This record gives sequence, C-alpha cells and structure tokens, in this order.
Amino acid sequence: MQELIRKIIGDAALQVGKVRLDAPALVENGNAVPLTVSVESPMTEKDHVKAIHIINEKNPQPHVISVRLGPRAGRATLSTRIKLKDSQQLIAIAETSDGSFWTGTADVIVTLAACVEDRL
Amino acid sequence: MNALASVLVELTAGAMLLAVAATAADIPAEERRSGYDFMSRELKAMQDDEAANPGMLAVLDGEAIWQRGEGAGGKSCATCHGDARISMKAVAARYPTFDNAIGRPIDLEQRINRCRSEHQQVAPLPFEHKDLLALAAYVAHQSKGQPISVTDDARSRPFIEGGREIFKLRQGQLNLSCAQCHDDNWGNHLGGAPIPQGHPTGYPIYRLEWQALGSLRRRLRNCLIGMRAETYPDDAPEIIALEFYLAWRARGLAMETPAVRP
Amino acid sequence: MPRTLIKVPATAKRGEIIEIKTLISHPMESGFRVGPNGVPIPRDIITLFTCTYNGEEIFRAELSPAIAANPFLSFLTIACDSGTLAFHWSGDSGFAATETAAIIVE
Repeated sequence: MQELIRKIIGDAALQVGKVRLDAPALVENGNAVPLTVSVESPMTEKDHVKAIHIINEKNPQPHVISVRLGPRAGRATLSTRIKLKDSQQLIAIAETSDGSFWTGTADVIVTLAACVEDRL
Repeated sequence: MNALASVLVELTAGAMLLAVAATAADIPAEERRSGYDFMSRELKAMQDDEAANPGMLAVLDGEAIWQRGEGAGGKSCATCHGDARISMKAVAARYPTFDNAIGRPIDLEQRINRCRSEHQQVAPLPFEHKDLLALAAYVAHQSKGQPISVTDDARSRPFIEGGREIFKLRQGQLNLSCAQCHDDNWGNHLGGAPIPQGHPTGYPIYRLEWQALGSLRRRLRNCLIGMRAETYPDDAPEIIALEFYLAWRARGLAMETPAVRP
Repeated sequence: MPRTLIKVPATAKRGEIIEIKTLISHPMESGFRVGPNGVPIPRDIITLFTCTYNGEEIFRAELSPAIAANPFLSFLTIACDSGTLAFHWSGDSGFAATETAAIIVE
C-alpha cells in the first residue's frame, strides 16, 4: 500500500484535508461496499481536481480505482461499490491541478455472512 | 417416506386437524417486517435506487426475453400476455399457487417453465438459469409494492401446513429449526449479522454473498447448508411446501423484487 | 452486448451540474478466488471506463479487481450543450461495451 501511495504522489507531500471518504462504518458483506469520495474544489480551469485514487489496506492488491476528471465535472465526486476482504482502512488521494496531493480516510468493519453456501 | 409425505398422511388422517390458529411462536401481524428493515442505510439505498440496484440488470434482461419469440411457433411471452406491466401486475404476489392441471402448488419459476413447455413448445429452463431468473425478476418486479397474498383454501392448506412443519422441524447436525432463528430470535445477531424474519419479499434477490441474482430455492438451500442439514433435491415437494408456508407467513408484506440482501 | 443501465437526465439547464449513474453486468472476477475443486478462478475484470460528452472525454476510471461485481459508477458533469454522452467499458479477454445517451440542454 505504501509503495502504491509513493508511486502516486512521488516526492510530493500528502496533505490531510479536502477529501471526504464516505463508507459505511460496518458492512454485513464485503462483496459490495458502497462508497462516495468528494473533494472540496472550485473545479475551475485554474484550480481543479485532476484525479482521485482509492487505495485499500488489506486486500490482496492495494489499488481500487483511479479516476481522471477536470473542470467539466462541476464537482469532484465519485460513487462506486468495492470489495473488501477484511476490516480495514480505505484511503482516498486527490491530485489537484497545482500538483498537490490531498488525502482522507475511512475505517470499515467487515462482518461475514452467517450462513454460507459452500459445503465445508 | 419423506418428511412432507409423512406430514400429509398425518393431516389427512385427521389426527391433528385445523391447527390453523397461530401458535405462540408465530410472529404477530403487526410485528411482521421485511428483511429490508434489518439492512444498513447504505444497502437500503442500493435497493431503492433503480439506477444503482444490480438486480435491475436482470429485470432488463427479463424484459428482453419477454419480447423474444421462442420455439417453432416463434411465440414470445408477449404474444399471449401482452404488456407485462398490465398483465403481470400483482401476479407474482400470489405465488406459490395451487395449479389445478397438475394437482399441486407451483412457484413462479415452475409456472414460467410450464408456459415454456406447454405454450411455447420449448424446453423448460433449469433452476438458477440466468434466463429463468431474469424472467422471474421481470415478472415479480411487476408486483413491486403489492402485498403478498397467496390463496389459503382447502386445497392449499395441507401444503402450507406441511411447510410449517418443516419450518418448525429441528434438522441437521446443529439440530436447529428455521423457527428458532427466524421466529424466536429475529432482531438478534448471529455472528455479526442481524437475523431477519425470513420473509420472501423480494425474490429473485441480488444477494451480495452470491454477487448475483438468485432464487428463493437457492436461498433455502443456503440456509440448510448453513444449518448443516441435508438439502432437498430442487424439485422436491418439501421445497414448494416451504415456499408456500413462507409466502403465507409473509402475507401482507409488500413485494420488493428485485431486493438487495447481504 | 452486456446489459447496462444508464441514468442521465433527459433534459437539463445550461450550466447545471447533472448526475450520471452507470451500471453494467460483469462478474468482476478478482482472480483471487479458488473454485470448488481447489483450482484458482482466473481474473476477469473491466479495467477501463470512459465517458465522452459530444466527443470530448469528461471522465475516465481505471478499475482494479477490488471493484464489486456489476460495476456501478456515478459521477457529475456540467450540462453544456445538447448532444450525446457516450460510455465505453473495456477489460480482460477483449471485453468491450458501448452505450450512448442523449441529452437536451436548454
């Protein structure tokens, strides 16, 4: 996960703020966890969010999704559904047009289904 | 002799007739709640938004199949039934239902298959086939918001009672009955999961555990496996009896197809 | 063609920020699951989604296996001109799907 973060931000500092990551605190099934990322930004030509990356802590791979947007978005926000293997932290990183990086996190507890389908 | 047959023999022998009054363990009508009520805010939103509900993809598939001509005659569902929004309104809410032609109850998927073989002259689809689920989802979606109202008459009664017996029966390695969780402990938690009352309000459902749409049949099979009990073959009379009892037990609750459940 | 469900307002006022919701049927098999016989199930996912508005790209998403089955993506754009929104998904094993939606902007 740290390697992926470094790959995204390079040498830049990762500033905490502007990024809001909304995910349920407790999920009953990790197969489809709804989440929304929104980033405070005027979304003008001069000052906008270029990209949003979502990273997870404990899945087999850290990368979840990267989206590219621009001033035409109006507001920098994304909603999707993700798979989470276990209770863990989610990290969202927003890349702004001035080359800076902002981050926000969410902690999700993942519980498992009581009655599973496969015979053991 | 299988469980259902022995129960029916008891009933028809007149041994314990008309135990129709609700037992102490049955959920009172005013406390009857759909599994929807036990879900998180986020999952409720996923179900409610038809642009986000993954079950709606199957409903759209079902709509396409509804229009599709099948077999030598090229008949589609629409050929006989026209616009499903009119002809199928509140139909699924009445299933399972007693089928006079074959002398026993059938569920929606079986009814669809009977139409296929008798009226379209094509082979019935296997249970859990993507197309059968899509058609069932499309038809049941036309009952969304309608109260479940299966017919409870002299012909249906023995099957509803047979289903009740199975529901109350302790089974499997855990010696657990459906009733112990879903009548006696709904609202409590099993592991991290809230125990719902077990009403078939939104079938076929998009179950997150399956990452796909599936039938009540599949869900019941899941339950039995989870209880470490022997599952029934797909066409067993026990399954239809259980489905009939569950629908009767859920009477009055609104259909939600396609529901989303964890 | 895989089943898709797109929600775009049919009409909008110029300058209004509109919400676009997209859903597509796809197993998004992560490649980390093992089948009943112990054999790993190969990865099969959508890797890229793009949205263009009258030909110009307004949104792009690079997806990893962590995106849930039947991927749902919702985002915003400013309604500028009447025309066509085009959606394109691509992924493993040559998967490709395209959908369009018309919008009238007054």
